Amino acid sequence: MEYFIQQLINGISVGSIYALIALGYTMVYGIIKLINFAHGDVFMVGSFIGLYSARNLSNAGLPPVLVLLLSLVISMTVSALLGISIERLAYKPLRKASRIAVLITAIGVSFLLEYTGVAIVGPQAQGFPEILNKKQYTLFGSIQVDSNQIMILGTTVVLMIILQFIVHRTKIGKAMRAVSYDMEAARLMGINVDRTISATFAIGSALAAAAGVIFGMTYNSVDPMMGVLPGLKAFVAAVLGGIGSIPGALVGGLLLGTVETEVSSLGYSSWRDGVAFAVLILILIFKPSGLFGKNVREKV
Amino acid sequence: MKMLNPLNKRFWGGIVLALVVYAVIQILLTTGIFDDVTRSTLFLICINIMLAVSLNLINGVTGQFSIGHAGFMSVGAYVSAILTLNFDVPFVLALIIAGIVAALCGILIGIPTLRLNGDYLAIATLGFGEIIRIVMLNTEYVGGASGLSGIPNKATWTIMFLFTLITIVIITNFIRSTHGRACIAIRENEIAAEAMGINTTLYKVIAFSLGALFAGMAGGLSAHTFYVINPGSFNFLKSFEILVMVVLGGLGSTAGAVVGAVVLTVLFTVLQDFPELRMILYSGILILMMIFRPKGLLGSTGISLKKFAKKEATKNDSISSESAS
Repeated sequence: MEYFIQQLINGISVGSIYALIALGYTMVYGIIKLINFAHGDVFMVGSFIGLYSARNLSNAGLPPVLVLLLSLVISMTVSALLGISIERLAYKPLRKASRIAVLITAIGVSFLLEYTGVAIVGPQAQGFPEILNKKQYTLFGSIQVDSNQIMILGTTVVLMIILQFIVHRTKIGKAMRAVSYDMEAARLMGINVDRTISATFAIGSALAAAAGVIFGMTYNSVDPMMGVLPGLKAFVAAVLGGIGSIPGALVGGLLLGTVETEVSSLGYSSWRDGVAFAVLILILIFKPSGLFGKNVREKV
Repeated sequence: MKMLNPLNKRFWGGIVLALVVYAVIQILLTTGIFDDVTRSTLFLICINIMLAVSLNLINGVTGQFSIGHAGFMSVGAYVSAILTLNFDVPFVLALIIAGIVAALCGILIGIPTLRLNGDYLAIATLGFGEIIRIVMLNTEYVGGASGLSGIPNKATWTIMFLFTLITIVIITNFIRSTHGRACIAIRENEIAAEAMGINTTLYKVIAFSLGALFAGMAGGLSAHTFYVINPGSFNFLKSFEILVMVVLGGLGSTAGAVVGAVVLTVLFTVLQDFPELRMILYSGILILMMIFRPKGLLGSTGISLKKFAKKEATKNDSISSESAS
């Protein structure tokens, strides 16, 4: 039982990372119906920017907490700009094109980011500096929690609250909800659709970058290909929770992370990646709208 | 099946042209003008043509966006390799069985997933491709992560050429048949096609499994050309490569798929020493093609023998009037 709970805690910290990435997928899909394949690579870029800023800031002798916060902010800002430029350069010219054309472009952008990364920093993995000293805490006898896991959960919760605030309490959030509900009607109501879409990409990319920094701190290793699998799994998480639904992305991410950790703790770790895809296919077959999604009927 | 009509000039023109190409390359190979590197590039071109043409049937003609083509290829490669390695099955028979097994996988995967549309289908096929890879990775019988090696090098130019030709002829005929029209109708507007009485799921599954069949054969050929197969060689990257070929040539055009496969394979060989540059170029091509020329190099024109038989072409070339997207 304790082992199970231990794995549950580990699962939640992996799941938080998936959840943060999944939010970007779900928001972008909700607004322009595009699976942004490049999202996993924005996560990778975010991680690298976090790595370099953490390295430089630590060398400058700043206190660890400040280093963490500053690297998070820098990485999120740069990635938000990256997200906006991807949208402007690659997706915006295709707003009227078929969805397959946009999807192909997204795959192209994804590979472009990955291999530009390889060309710039090389294919080998790099160590992420340990910003905070790891501390182990023991709860209820033998369950272990380390400070990193607490930090992950804390960051995720804070970012979720900020996101909820932006989406439900601000003008741009209202515009985002309107555009995702009906783009044409929103345009007629005087909403600047292009700017709203850019804002969505910016927020999604910033969240992915935060996930990237956290990921780097947890696994201590970043490489240009690191975005592929977490990206795909986060997409699975988004579908699991119901694509287009923000709480769905959170629940889907946590659920997927837990299932995965449990599977590897049962000794099937080499099947772990397969499980995520099996979950995806089962969901798509039996409940394509996901756990929290709305069932939209196609109109002719 | 118009093309099989013996009076059809274009069909016979094509056969003659193909035989000439075959004979010329056969002579070049036997006289040793083509060295081993050229020979393996040539074989790779044939394999890629099969893959691109079969993926084009699924993605371009039927409009079902599949990005798990490498999965079918790996099924074919493994099945044929095991058949020739462990059971001494004749090569051609092994290839055919490999294709059939891959097609069965296609049906198995297609029936549940083809109810999904567009992007969901893409992700589901990607997922299946990855699952196939992970199953191979965890099966000791097929060598696990290290894969199979020492596969007999049985692929000859004659077999290679024959299978490529058969792939192109069958798929072209399929596209021009009633069933092919049904597939095109599904691409253009699925709801309208359904309203016209087309069994959309059936045709999607047919296209999907036909594509898988030839991908499986291509996988078998590639296993017997390059001696070694392992799960890593059939990952998402391979599917992506095939997709780039199809997109470059023009979604929906068989001739385009052939051209795309040839161009990219040559490019691949030239840039062999610069793998990153190659991938950057691939993805750049993909993005720029989609933004500036979504129709691809050749657009969605049918087979390009039109120049040789213009009169015939104007009569039965209504395919080219449809748009790719």
